[in-house]
Amino acid sequence: MQTPMVQIRALSRRFQQGDVEVLALDRVTLDIAEGDFVALMGPSGSGKSTLLHIIAGIDRPTSGQCIVRDVDVATLSESALANWRNSHVGFVFQTFNLIPVLTALENVELPLLLTGLSAAQRRAHAEAALELVGLSDRLRHLPRQLSGGQEQRVAIARALATDPTLLVADEPTGNLDARAAQDVLELLEVLNREAGKTIVMVTHDPKAAGHARRIVRLEKGELSPDAAAGLAT
Amino acid sequence: MPIPIRYNLRSLRVRWRLSLATALGIGLVVAVFVMVMALAQGLNATYVTTGDPRNLLVLRQGSTAESNSQIMRDEVTRMRYTEGIARDAHDVPLVSAEIILLVYLERRDGSGGANVLVRGMKSAGLALRPQARLVAGRMLAPGRRECVVSQRIADRFSNCQVGESFRSGATEWHVVGIFDAARTAYESEIWIDSDEARAVFRRDFFGSVLLRTDGPEGAATVKRRLEADRMLQVRVLTESDYYKEQTQMAGPIRFMGGFLAVVMSVGAAFAAMNTMYAAIGARTREIGTLRVLGFRRREVYVSLLGESVLLALVGGVLGCLLALPLNGVATGTIGWNTFAEVAFEFRITPGLMGKGMLFALVMGVLGGLLPARMAARKPVLDALRAA
Ligand SMILES: Nc1ncnc2c1ncn2[C@@H]1O[C@H](COP(=O)(O)OP(=O)(O)OP(=O)(O)O)[C@@H](O)[C@H]1O
Ligand SMILES: [Mg+2]
Repeated sequence: MQTPMVQIRALSRRFQQGDVEVLALDRVTLDIAEGDFVALMGPSGSGKSTLLHIIAGIDRPTSGQCIVRDVDVATLSESALANWRNSHVGFVFQTFNLIPVLTALENVELPLLLTGLSAAQRRAHAEAALELVGLSDRLRHLPRQLSGGQEQRVAIARALATDPTLLVADEPTGNLDARAAQDVLELLEVLNREAGKTIVMVTHDPKAAGHARRIVRLEKGELSPDAAAGLAT
Repeated sequence: MPIPIRYNLRSLRVRWRLSLATALGIGLVVAVFVMVMALAQGLNATYVTTGDPRNLLVLRQGSTAESNSQIMRDEVTRMRYTEGIARDAHDVPLVSAEIILLVYLERRDGSGGANVLVRGMKSAGLALRPQARLVAGRMLAPGRRECVVSQRIADRFSNCQVGESFRSGATEWHVVGIFDAARTAYESEIWIDSDEARAVFRRDFFGSVLLRTDGPEGAATVKRRLEADRMLQVRVLTESDYYKEQTQMAGPIRFMGGFLAVVMSVGAAFAAMNTMYAAIGARTREIGTLRVLGFRRREVYVSLLGESVLLALVGGVLGCLLALPLNGVATGTIGWNTFAEVAFEFRITPGLMGKGMLFALVMGVLGGLLPARMAARKPVLDALRAA
């Protein structure tokens, strides 16, 4: 059997909030196979974002491991981790987080600046990514000249630009109307089924979760029992 | 590859009012710095270009300037026969005994009057100063209360054009010519005949003696000879050295310019810092996003520091443009030693503007250091959580 792409082992994360200590993740163990599309669900404050941040290498666990393609992410130095994020993770935010002063194309090119690609190659990659999300006709638009749905699709193109190992999304439809949300979810589904992208998506919306291959539930920082069932299949 | 500079440029443009105000603040400091230094530089240039290393200036021992030195007539005679002094075509030693006086003249712009240095000399004095050329009228003729006036004095003071005359005491001096002295200190003088000067101003001593030798080595030899002569008790220095000594006047101006600029720059650097804190504070989430995309702390730091420097350099350019019209503008000041008007020009050189830009750069770096560091150090998650 092939080793899972992401292996999460007894992962805990504590936060200090003033005098109280919050256990955001409590010994979570989870595998994510290559080509999977996981919807991470659970009530507010259950630790979904925290788990996603650790998988994406923008937060470190208090204990336990998160191994992505044989690399224990927590062991990397700050700057090695930045490099790792650039080549292995595409992050999609609820609030899109495009750079407002850069055009759609420039936003998508941004992560490519850290690769060894030539200017022409960067441009070709960025254009291809924008074409993939159906925005070839919006290359020179600034974020404020785009609709929310279009902005999020640019953000997905930016996340895809470096062809990362993992695409992670934290409530990617949370700020979109139903129609735009539907477009984004269909896009993610296509990326998973046709381009074979491995996706981890946090969502509150059962309908959104319906686009995933499998649902993992968190409850007060712990995986709920039916998630364990998901691990079995 | 670093974060592209257009990101910073456009970010500055988004907040253009604040950016412009900050750049102008920095520009003002640079302008003041460049202007004051241009003043010092102009004054300096006037003195540095004056003087021929072959010429020796003889003063009374202990004197610092021609105006406070006394040389007796018999001493001049003794000097004239010192070995090593160059001679003119008629085999006459090139020695000029000169009388230094001050006359009070009214300025043309009505802003009051000032003392102007009057030099009494004979034709040898002209031969020793080939840089002075007559540009209008004719040379003075002795015995007729005639004078020639330097171009800059003629430009700045009343009654100094050819055909006009000015009074000093009971005497009316007629201006018969205007000379140009190639931006040297002689540009601030009026020349008259030395015998008339002695008669009119009742002086029976000279102020200084200027003499020509055959070269820098000859000058050193003659200097030694004159100074060793116990009958003379004189101080001898090359004409160049004498005027270089006068450049110490530019020192206080430089100091004041530097001091003023440094004091002002502290304010401007704080303004830049404030602007950068505001600019960065409003972009915290953007910076967090850049970090998520893979940009490292150092790249964020360099980018934001660069933004501050960019802002300051725009200010520097504005400052230089602000100061530039002053280049070549003639002005005057009171001479340190002579208490007479010294006319000179503001000199804004590329080097000086370079210094101004460097100064702006330093303000940009100082202003950007802390805000950029704060932004780069912020943990990614904290940055993303910002509103
Ligand atoms: N940086 C932090 N500092 C302190 N406490 C934190 C921090 N991040 C998360 N927490 C706490 O950890 C717990 C889990 O937070 P997390 O953001 O992972 O929840 P979530 O499941 O994503 O919730 P939501 O659905 O509201 O986004 C919460 O109690 C939260 O207050
Ligand atoms: Mg969350």
